[in-house]
Amino acid sequence: MKNAVPLRLHVPEPPARPGQEADFSWVKVPPAGTVTRPDIAVDPYEIRRHAYELIRVLDDNAAAVGPWDPRLDAETVRRGLRAMMLTRAYDERMFRAQRQGKTSFYMRCTGEEAVGVGQAMALDDRDMTFPTYRQQGLLITRGWSLVDMMNQVFSNTRDRLKGRQMPIMYSSKEAGFFSISGNLATQFSQAVGWAMASAIKGDDRIAAGWIGEGATAEGDFHHALTFASVYRAPVILNIVNNQYAISSFQGIAGGERTTFAARGLGYGLPSLRVDGNDFLAVYAVTRWAADRARANLGSTLIELFTYRAAAHSTSDDPSKYRPADEARHWPLGDPIERLRAHLVARGEWSDERHGQLAAEVDGEVRDALREAESYGTLGTGEHHSPATMFDDVFKEMPWHLRRQRQELGY
Amino acid sequence: MVQALNAAMDIMLGRDANVVVFGEDVGYFGGVFRCTEGLQRKYGPSRVFDTPIAEAGLLATAVGMGAYGLRPVVEIQFADYIYPATDQLISEAARLRYRSVGDFTAPITVRAPCGGGIFGGQTHSQSPEAIFTHVCGLTTVIPSNPYDAKGLLISAIEDDDPVIFLEPKRLYNGPFDGHHDRPVTPWTEHPAGEVPDGYYTVPLGKASVVRSGEAVTVLTYGTMVHVAMTAVAESGVDGEVIDLRTLIPIDIDTIVDSVRKTGRCVIVHEATRTSGFGAELSALVQENCFYSLEAPIVRVTGWDTPYPHSLEWDYFPGPKRVAEGLRRAMEG
Repeated sequence: MKNAVPLRLHVPEPPARPGQEADFSWVKVPPAGTVTRPDIAVDPYEIRRHAYELIRVLDDNAAAVGPWDPRLDAETVRRGLRAMMLTRAYDERMFRAQRQGKTSFYMRCTGEEAVGVGQAMALDDRDMTFPTYRQQGLLITRGWSLVDMMNQVFSNTRDRLKGRQMPIMYSSKEAGFFSISGNLATQFSQAVGWAMASAIKGDDRIAAGWIGEGATAEGDFHHALTFASVYRAPVILNIVNNQYAISSFQGIAGGERTTFAARGLGYGLPSLRVDGNDFLAVYAVTRWAADRARANLGSTLIELFTYRAAAHSTSDDPSKYRPADEARHWPLGDPIERLRAHLVARGEWSDERHGQLAAEVDGEVRDALREAESYGTLGTGEHHSPATMFDDVFKEMPWHLRRQRQELGY
Repeated sequence: MVQALNAAMDIMLGRDANVVVFGEDVGYFGGVFRCTEGLQRKYGPSRVFDTPIAEAGLLATAVGMGAYGLRPVVEIQFADYIYPATDQLISEAARLRYRSVGDFTAPITVRAPCGGGIFGGQTHSQSPEAIFTHVCGLTTVIPSNPYDAKGLLISAIEDDDPVIFLEPKRLYNGPFDGHHDRPVTPWTEHPAGEVPDGYYTVPLGKASVVRSGEAVTVLTYGTMVHVAMTAVAESGVDGEVIDLRTLIPIDIDTIVDSVRKTGRCVIVHEATRTSGFGAELSALVQENCFYSLEAPIVRVTGWDTPYPHSLEWDYFPGPKRVAEGLRRAMEG
């Protein structure tokens, strides 16, 4: 039998390329407060529509509305605002440091600060996180030392990772922050394993994993969902949909005909889609998922719908593949500006206090930078001895590594 | 050997509450080769359990569990199925200690039956050990008898880094001399089939001189230890047969002492030849014993083809081919 028309391959194309008008007409933004908030014991089948909706708390007047409003006191919200502003100030300062030749590489999370910060605040500090390279907000919210983070970025003499990892691939067991891998998606299924271990031991700590929408195409994503579902693991599985995998828009990852949250439905996992630039919504959804995990109800899949406002990394130039001013057109705004407006609307914030806070976090970052630079930068070349290269391959160094170290002259 | 492996896991599950055993069909059923039989009944389903068919998922969850502080023992049903897990094994487990400077570790034991001789065709017969020896951070172990299997597996589980533990499946139920057309002998008639009850270890990184000899050193491991012994007996060449037991870290001293004594070296493995572990052994002998060598080093290995189902005995480097290799080393 012959087809009436020749077969055609569909290769997804984004709505706008450089030189064209930014086009987000496809993004449906429902009014805040319209999505129901079910009981944590809900049958996932009953809330399958949540995978296609968008949970929002902050309305157009910056008021918190609807059932997902976490009703946070002003002090807690200000703490969130501060951590987001500190994260952005840190990013900007480190971006400049890379441009000045102080390190080889950097990645900002501009526009996505509500993800790391809001989720860290909704979790317990003892919970374990398996992040991607864009959740530096977790470490900052948990109060981890900026100097220590900078030492890592500079691979200097105080870098705890001894210059072995690319900049931003932090690791801190103490902060409950798993060692970042450059191989995407691997951490997602590892988070499930950690959560299974916690359940095996009758512990009370849960785990959370993050993945980009692009990397959901990796097998590890599906292994994570399978194992999380099978063993009802106490883990929160977060997809950060920032619209881009380097240059590839989310359609290339399979986002044209469905949502990324909807991936969870086939696994029987409650799957929520949340406005990732709405700090209060991110907080509330994460807390709901954490409560489920703590109650032995298992895993929740969350799609955080957001926008990567900056370049993928310092090695990337987004003007080559998307309209240069696209970020300004993103319909869900900026997470910091939206939370600031909310506090102002509550009568709990002012332009003056905001300006003071901005200066304060800038100063904090500047002071940290001065200290970190005193331990050296990649550019100036102060780093750990090459002899340390052979340590930690194994717990005990075998003869062949000892011999190779001698060969190098140590 | 199946009982010895089972006993090693039983003992470690009993001694260390952080040991967990999991894999495809290992729970209620006890594994397709019966190595985990009875362990779930004894230790409960949260310590010994079945998993979905997802080797990469198995390894990934093991890495997460290791980061938590558990000591996972994972079974890959056939070594041939390990490839989907290699990203988690090579990029994650093997390098976790290094990249986090010991903050996180992966004390994982990966058990997998390897080798041919059971008409498993190309997807149930492979010997992929060389791939793992190339990865920094992995220890690769292949036992050749029940006594070693138990002691080495206990050492592997106690090791704080990932260990690839390959079990020659042709040895599960008896020492295999390579003569596939002769009756199978059980382990009960072999001295190394005697396995003490209770806890003991065989150290990782230490080879064993199975037979002392003066004429030629035979470097081998796994099933081929028994085939080499047969070849030595049948050829009359006074070979010193060394069972390497651990490939990385390799026991260089035992190798060097022997080759300096004999001046000749035959390397025997079942895996394909090109870039096989024999190539590394050959380079090590050449680097360390060049002035003692009286003949070129000889390799006797599987052919550089997939393991063919109906022709497996033409593929398998049996006693006749090993004996030829011994003679060649003596003539050289």
